[in-house]
Amino acid sequence: MSFWEFANPKRFMQLSSRLLPWVAGVSLACLLVGLIWGFFFTPEDYRQGSTVKIIYLHVPAALMAINAWLMMLVASLVWIIRRHHVSALAARAAAPVGLTFTVIALITGAIWGQPMWGTWWAWDPRLTSFLILALFYMGYIAMWEAVENGDTAADLTSVLCLVGSVFAILSRYAVLFWNQGLHQGASLSLDKEENVADVFYLPLLVCIAGFILMFLALVLLRTRTEIRARRLKALLNRERMA
Amino acid sequence: MIALLRRDLVLAVRAGGGFGLGLAFFLVLSVLVPFGVGPEADVLARIAPGILWIGALLSCLLSLDRIFALDFEDGSLDLLATAPVPLEGVAVVKALAHWLTTGLPLTLLAPGLGVLLNLPPAGFGWLVISLAVGTPALSLIGAFGAALTVGLKRGGLLLSLLVLPLYVPTLIFGAQVATQGAAGLEVGTPLVLLAGISAGTLALMPFAAAAALRINLR
Amino acid sequence: MMPDLGKYAAEVVSAYAVSLGLLIGLVALSLRRSARLRDALRQVEDRQRKTNG
Repeated sequence: MSFWEFANPKRFMQLSSRLLPWVAGVSLACLLVGLIWGFFFTPEDYRQGSTVKIIYLHVPAALMAINAWLMMLVASLVWIIRRHHVSALAARAAAPVGLTFTVIALITGAIWGQPMWGTWWAWDPRLTSFLILALFYMGYIAMWEAVENGDTAADLTSVLCLVGSVFAILSRYAVLFWNQGLHQGASLSLDKEENVADVFYLPLLVCIAGFILMFLALVLLRTRTEIRARRLKALLNRERMA
Repeated sequence: MIALLRRDLVLAVRAGGGFGLGLAFFLVLSVLVPFGVGPEADVLARIAPGILWIGALLSCLLSLDRIFALDFEDGSLDLLATAPVPLEGVAVVKALAHWLTTGLPLTLLAPGLGVLLNLPPAGFGWLVISLAVGTPALSLIGAFGAALTVGLKRGGLLLSLLVLPLYVPTLIFGAQVATQGAAGLEVGTPLVLLAGISAGTLALMPFAAAAALRINLR
Repeated sequence: MMPDLGKYAAEVVSAYAVSLGLLIGLVALSLRRSARLRDALRQVEDRQRKTNG
């Protein structure tokens, strides 16, 4: 049984209806364990105080904001090459989830940075890149909404996703240059790569796992919805023609 | 392809072609800025290069939806698609026509507006150079956006939402050249990167735009 | 029970509140849309099954 069997909408609906409760359940468990552990049972950072606890939301959200876009990119390529509708619809389903993660990353990033930077928003390279990513998400979602024909929308949004990905990477480096100059190291940005002590690290891993599974559960759920929407549209069109 | 270019240029300049609109918008925008930020000379001098770049960018945006829309509506785009010229070539020509009738005039107008905004003397040259190098990228990226939205009724707003984030790298490096140049600082790195973006968009955007056109012409 | 969040209490709490609010909102909207489409589809399918005999 090849992976591509699930490109068949019916098969996908069957598989996803069996998977969804489990994925959602484990995701919820991870999130509860990770967040409660991180919020209540970890110490403060000597430099950042209790704001370090924001890491349990900010880092997973930021990671998934990027990964969601990558998933959309892969799904778009699959649509372009193999024309599997489930793939195109999965990309459409993932976009609002990715946007929400991006917004969470932005808000938690801004709040976390406020004590350090003294303002509610600073044009830190990382935050700025996420702001641009949010705009890309919005454009992608708007494009799906604007085009009437489903297949045309899938094609156009796939091209947009591809081109957008190139520019997203380009923008990342442009923004780095814009705020820091090419030869300076990152100074103000919230350094995720900083050696996170073990006591913070484990609950963070659990939270990351929870976010990954939550993304998966939401995409499964929303793709099912998109498949139903497409089928509904087809049936209504058939009625209209008859 | 030359014939296509000539035709598009004539259409743009003719009455109703919107040729002067972009320039007028650039002018109005530049006039509005001091009203918004105050007339202090040193404030204006510091922000002038950036404001002029943003003004040029927005003015370019105004005429983007015209690149393909008119031909799409009256069916000529279908004819162009079946013509011996590759659709990628059509896209390049259309972008070139847009640049000649929008980007280039804006580049030439910019120094005049720089006077209004207290642009430092050292900045005039670099402003023109940065715009000359960067506006082709704006036209090419804009052509891609126009190709994506050509089939839509109210495509203009969506076009802006799609294209403006794509403009960010060009704006960053272009404005850097203009700003550093005005301050007498080194402009080598951003200038090279800006030229790289223009070259890269020339290589890639025609294919992306043609792909979008093919989808919309089905 | 609540850990002593010190002087950053407002920041930490607001960060958690906003994030969890957004996530719960996303989940709720997704579930509601899913239910609505499931019901609408079922209605149309039943209707078409009846008319097609």
